[in-house]
Order: sequence, then C-alpha cells, then structure tokens
Amino acid sequence: MKLLTRRKLTNHLALALSMAAMSFGLFWLIWILWTTFDLGVAGLSLDLFTKMTPPPGSSGGLLNAIVGSAIMVGLATLLGTPIGIFTGIYLAEYGRHTWLGKSTRFFNDILLSAPSIVIGLFVYAIYVAKVGKFSGFSGVLALALIVIPVVVSTTENMLRLVPNSLREAAFALGAPKRLVIMKVTLRASVAGVITGVLLAVARIAGETAPLLFTALSNQFWSLDLNEPMANLPVTIFKFAMSPFTDWQQLAWAGVFLITLGVLGLNIATRILFRQKHKL
Amino acid sequence: MNSPDPSTRIRRNIGDLLFFNLTRAFAAFTLLLLAGIIVSLGIGSWESISKFGVGFLWSQQWNPPMDDFGALIPIYGTIVTSLIALVIAVPVSFGIALFLTELSPVWLRRPLGTAIELLAAIPSIVYGMWGLLVFAPLFAQYVQPFLAATIGQIPFIGALFSGPPLGIGLLTAGIILAIMIIPFIASVMRDVFAVTPDMLKESAYGVGGTTWEVVWNVVLPYTKVGVIGGIMLGLGRALGETMAVTFVIGNTNLISGISLYAPGNSITSTLANEFGEATPGLYTGALIELGLILFLITLTVLVFSKLLLMRLARKEGSQA
Repeated sequence: MKLLTRRKLTNHLALALSMAAMSFGLFWLIWILWTTFDLGVAGLSLDLFTKMTPPPGSSGGLLNAIVGSAIMVGLATLLGTPIGIFTGIYLAEYGRHTWLGKSTRFFNDILLSAPSIVIGLFVYAIYVAKVGKFSGFSGVLALALIVIPVVVSTTENMLRLVPNSLREAAFALGAPKRLVIMKVTLRASVAGVITGVLLAVARIAGETAPLLFTALSNQFWSLDLNEPMANLPVTIFKFAMSPFTDWQQLAWAGVFLITLGVLGLNIATRILFRQKHKL
Repeated sequence: MNSPDPSTRIRRNIGDLLFFNLTRAFAAFTLLLLAGIIVSLGIGSWESISKFGVGFLWSQQWNPPMDDFGALIPIYGTIVTSLIALVIAVPVSFGIALFLTELSPVWLRRPLGTAIELLAAIPSIVYGMWGLLVFAPLFAQYVQPFLAATIGQIPFIGALFSGPPLGIGLLTAGIILAIMIIPFIASVMRDVFAVTPDMLKESAYGVGGTTWEVVWNVVLPYTKVGVIGGIMLGLGRALGETMAVTFVIGNTNLISGISLYAPGNSITSTLANEFGEATPGLYTGALIELGLILFLITLTVLVFSKLLLMRLARKEGSQA
C-alpha cells in the first residue's frame, strides 16, 4: 500500500507541476499583452498618424515610420511571395524525391529558424557595402529573404494536402502539367497559400534586426527607396532606448500598433485556415 | 497522349518544360541562398579572419580604437544566456506539452495551445522593450535580492547569483529568452507526444500506470529523438535572438567574474549596437566575422535538430 501511495503522490505532484508550467506560460503572455495595451493605448492620438517623428522634447507622431514600414513590408512581400510559391510548387509537384528537392526542403526549414540579424548582415555585405549607403531598397531585400522560407513551407504543405485524384482527373482531361498545377492544385490550396503569405507579413512586420544594417531609419519623411527609410521597429528601438519620456511614450504606442497588427494577422490566419478545413 | 495535331503537342511540351525549369530555378535559388550567406560573410570578414586567425575565437580583446578584436566575450554571452534559457524553458515546455496532450479537457486544448503559440508571434522588439522598462526594474527590486539571499548563500552555485542587482544582465536576458523559446519547444514536444501510438499508451494504462508513469516511461522514451530535436530548435532560436537580448543584456564588453547578475554582451547585441557606428575595414570585418560564427553555430544546431526530428518521423512512417 505504501508503494501505491507514493506512486499516486508522484503522479499528483507531476500533474500539479504541469499545470504550474501552463500557468507560467500564460502568465507572461498576459503580462506582456497587458503592459503593451495599457501603455500603448495611452499614447494613441490623432497626432500619431499625422505627424512625423519628433526631435526629443517636442511632440510628434510616427507617420513617416508607419508609412515606411508599410512600403517596405508590402514590397518585400511582393518580391518574396512569387519566389516562395514557385519553390513550393517545385518541392511538392516535381521534386518530392529528387536531390534538389530534398536538399532545398531541408535547408529551407533551417532558413526558417536562421537568425534574422544574419540576413541583415548578408544584404549589407552583398548590397549596402557595394552601393556605399543604407537604403530602403536594401531593407526590402532583407525582409523579402525572410518571407521566402515561410511561403515555401506553407505552399508545399498545402499543395501536398490536395488529393491526387484531383490531379489525375485533370490529367485525364488532357491538361498539361503546368495547367494542372496552376488551375487545379494551386487553386485548391489557395486559402492555405494566402495563410502562408499573411504569416510571412506578420513575421516581417516586427523584424528589427535585419533593418538595422540595411534600411537604417530616417527621422524625416522620405519615399525614396535609395535613401535610408523610416520604419516602426527601428524607430521603436531608438526611442525605447532613449532617456526621453515623450520618445518612450511614442515607442509604446508603436509597440502597441505592431503587436495589434501581428497578433491580429496570426489569429486571422488561424480562423481562415480552420474554416477552409471544416468544409 | 493522342493530341490531334503534333505541333500543339510540342508547344504544350515546351510550355511544361519552361514551367518546370522555372520552378526548379527558384528552388535552386532558395538552396543557394544558404551557401551565398556563408560565402558573402566569409568574404566580408576576410580582413579580420586573415589578421586574427583562429585566435579570434578566444581573445578577450574588443578594442576598436586599437583595431584589436576577439570574440570571446560575445560568444560567452551568447552561450550563457542561451543555456539559462534552456534550463528554464525545457522543464516548463515539457510541463506545457504534458498538460496539452494528457491533462487538459479537449475543448481547452486548442485555445490554450494557440495562446502559447502566440507567445512566439509577439515580435522580439516588444519583448525587449517590455523587458527593459517593465520587467528589469521589478526583477532588480524583488527577485534578484531574494535569489542572492537564498541560492546565493549556497557554496559554489552561490557565486552565480551575487553582485549588485542591476536588473539588466545575463540572467535577465536568459529569462526573457526562455519565455521566447518556450512556445517553440512546447509545440514540438506536443506534436511528437501526439505521435505515440495510442496502443502503447493504452497498454501502459491497462497495467495500471498513472498518467505520469505513462508519460515518463512510455511516451518520453518513444519520442526521445523528437524531444531533443525540439530542444535543439529552441536553442537555435535562442542563439540568434537579437532585439530582446540587446535591450536587457547591459552591453558591456567585460567578463567580471562568473556572476549571472553581471551585464555582458552577446554576438547579436554586439552587432546590433556597434555595426551602425563601425568604421569600414577591420572593425566592420570583425563584426561580420562574429555574424559568420553565429550563423555557423546556429546552422549546426538546427541541422542537428532537423535530423533528429526526421528520424522520429521515419520511425512513425515505418510503423503506420
């Protein structure tokens, strides 16, 4: 009987610790989100969206940073998505068992977790150092390189979910393979592919490290991709590290905007994906 | 293949061939990216590699005005913070995975799993700013003195928790890294726990095993490779994390004793802080070499992780 009591006790202890671990995880999530919400909402105002980033000690907003981020994230998505989709198509439809397919799949998964600061260094080495100045375009390049692996892996996984009978039916009608892919399999998995793209946007929207050596930042309004470009993450970094309270206030507001956008996208993709798969 | 007229068939084949090669070219591009990163960082840091040689790895010098550089302090910071993160994150992630697979009511599994995954979606700059302005002051005021008064009194280990409670430093960076990698390790563990065949688990429950005994003696041994793979994935993430660490590590190029309360520098925080102000030439080269070292370390860890996870997937495939 003593053994049984001990076994039961161990079990209860382990399960209690497991619950404690779960609460530990949720505790940080709630604390971080609460702080972001609490301090971020206080900084929200119309000025945030209509005024430029100010010098310390005067009031201003984040307009140039928001617009710069939107431009760079948008262009990077446009640049990275097609590369990602075509690579995904190759992996799922042509190269499942080829040497190229296997190695690309393997290293793509590794790129997915590779440190983003190294991507920034890479773009610095191949582009910024050659051109001789920081520019919005190099920021776009760095972000696009982060988009690619995300889109590749979701596209491949989604294409693999398409049942083979669909492909066979299309082939039986005499359709060439490229049309089978573009008009049948890709179309059948379009919701999944869009999910991947949205996740990629969510991923790069908050990326700071790759922009430090590429787009840098810009205190002023500039839409020129050949000049350093203002962006939210680097502006937040600079403002949060500063001793000025009005800068920190703006940084909290920026953090709130980014968190809201990124978490919103993440939750939206989950809902989109789940609805598709209930059908 | 009985197309009505041969020319349509040829055109069709050419179209297919073009499309095939287009997708193949993009796949090759993605693959070459990795090699391109290593080669270009190697070229970018050549000046520093040829000047300092292998000694770069264990030199403590970091002296921009004298053009004398060594990687020991940043490497030390990166490894110490990542190890702290693992020590905290591995048991917690195991607990979370256990909760999600065996304990939680079914209707709660999805929302709780999503909540933990959202921790991974929060951008690292948010962790950094929160860590510096919210967490660090509280940590310095309440937790650090408490740890110093309790664990700090134990011989040997105590030295790790001594020194002035600054709030920022290696320990704080490690704790924030732990929070950031918990979702990665926990979700891999949850997924691999789920591949344990139900029959195995049911047999163990059938002979009277408790939940804990089933998980510890059946599920964990069966999924061992996958669990280690998940831990390695978390380690890979921790090593390369930049912004959160830069905010809270203290950015000091000194190793003063073994205390974890001491501020330091990691590879990533050195890059983030100094790259923008570095003069071209040796200084920039040394920083790029740091990036190369970081990339090679994370690459090794992630390759290892991926191979382990693939081994578990093969095992599962062969039994299905």
